[in-house]
Amino acid sequence: MSSLFAIDPLLDGGLLWTPLFIIVIKVLVVFVVGLVATMLMVWFERKVIAGMQNRVGPNKAGPWGLLQTLADGTKLFFKEDLLPDRADRFVFRLAPYLALVPAFLAFAIIPLGGDFRNGKAGIVTLFGHQTRLQLADPPVGVLFALAISSIAVYGIMLAGWSSGSKYPLLGSVRASAQMVSYEAALGLSLAAVLLVSGTLSTAGIVNMQSSVGNWNVVATGFIPFFIFLISATAEMNRPPFDLVEAEQELVGGFNTEYSSIRFALFFLAEFMNTITMSALIVTLFFGGPQPISIGNTTLDIPLIPNGIEGTVWLILKVLVFLYIYVWFRATLPRFRYDQLMDLGWRVLIPASLGWFMLLAAQRVGRDAGWDQIVVTLVTAVVLILGYVLLQLAHRVSRANREKDGASF
Amino acid sequence: MELFVFVVAALMVLGGALGVITRSNPVHAALSLVLTLFGIAVMFVSQNAQFLAAVQVIVYAGAIVVLFLFVIMLLGVDESEDINVEPITGQRPLALVIGVGVMGIIIAAVVASKDMIGHRGDGIDTPTLESADANIRQLARHIFSNNVFAFELTSVLLLVAVIGTVLMARRVKSTGAGK
Repeated sequence: MSSLFAIDPLLDGGLLWTPLFIIVIKVLVVFVVGLVATMLMVWFERKVIAGMQNRVGPNKAGPWGLLQTLADGTKLFFKEDLLPDRADRFVFRLAPYLALVPAFLAFAIIPLGGDFRNGKAGIVTLFGHQTRLQLADPPVGVLFALAISSIAVYGIMLAGWSSGSKYPLLGSVRASAQMVSYEAALGLSLAAVLLVSGTLSTAGIVNMQSSVGNWNVVATGFIPFFIFLISATAEMNRPPFDLVEAEQELVGGFNTEYSSIRFALFFLAEFMNTITMSALIVTLFFGGPQPISIGNTTLDIPLIPNGIEGTVWLILKVLVFLYIYVWFRATLPRFRYDQLMDLGWRVLIPASLGWFMLLAAQRVGRDAGWDQIVVTLVTAVVLILGYVLLQLAHRVSRANREKDGASF
Repeated sequence: MELFVFVVAALMVLGGALGVITRSNPVHAALSLVLTLFGIAVMFVSQNAQFLAAVQVIVYAGAIVVLFLFVIMLLGVDESEDINVEPITGQRPLALVIGVGVMGIIIAAVVASKDMIGHRGDGIDTPTLESADANIRQLARHIFSNNVFAFELTSVLLLVAVIGTVLMARRVKSTGAGK
């Protein structure tokens, strides 16, 4: 029974009322925190972008404009809900939920706090029951996030298709190609983390990253982190990869025909995804709720118990990534479609695969007691050889296409 | 509990499968296929094969059906098809024969192994609190040590299929094809 859903000490010994109560509280907290965080994220994004563009940004509703999102949301509720004549009614109504639900589901596996110091593995005691401050720790761990992110494409894709008009359809065709392409790079950079951590469980991955030197961003050698960051941005269709809704070309892309609360749901899903992905990046590469510690010195926040301090650290780290995403949006111009595909297939996938091979070779070499430097050098030579072959193949195919008179 | 999960999942699988063959709109059919795949994933989970369930969702629901939908949208065949037209002559009777044949084989297989129904496999590691990855480790060890040759052969097969598809899809102008 316990292993059916999740590996959690809470579920040992059958279902009782108190564990059930704790789980209900956890679900509520994750849901409410998700919604409130999304609301604040929208405000944060508008405010920071305004600052970067020398504007004031929202400042009327509530202190510092904090309630602006609430006001916008309320307004959207009362807008007319349009259903295009040529829309596929059922799918058109279904699509916003298909976009929203995965955004929330992925949040369930992220450790939201707890004490990971001294090998306590993030287990805290609530009402006399040992548990982790995370909604679920399924046996497949991070693969769950991967599965959810591959499901997320349906919302956008079906929204565009079911609208029954041209621009949304173009947006959704772009979306499906883009998200499937970057899924591969995302998975391969994730595999590097799993190789270093040796476990799939998110709590386990956090537990391994006890000090800055052990953080996976260092342990995997930085490259997987950058690949993950880029492909996560593409998975979420955030700028500079927001070709799905490119306003200048496609009116509004997949959500052109949507109005009222259905549009709000897409909006909510997009920002929720940003938060979830930032939290996932922090969990995978930056130690999640672990405090920053270098060597034996730990940066401790005084007066707060260690279990709650984890939450504080997590929020601080996630904020850094949220800021980075807003920064991307304010700084980088949108990619062209062919540039997007080139980056995904010719740079990110080979790079992540090559780096994964390098890490795997080092790991095998360590187990077998070979000289690490020799292993790394040999692998590097093989990878460079592979890269040269790949470039040659590109050149040949380009020459062939030019000979055939293709225009591209 | 297990019976309940099985009944729900079986209803999902069968409902989806019926949807695939009865819906005239290709996109609806593809969505029904997703329902079937999810039902199978639920069954995997209830049999303690979480890894297979995750892979089922990632690969089939997340990639393959998305590609189906991509092709349907790109080719614009998403209007309801006239199902009275038979694209290949003799397709319908042949499909009936093959369908009944496959069903016969499956029934025969179930009848032949009816002693094993409800019997859990021996020596399977289930995930525990101490080692949450026990199941996946065991699976990996089997695939990459005992059955590594078959695994590699399968990947070569897939590679050959991909290269073959690219070769066939590519129009070489010098042979007069294409424009």
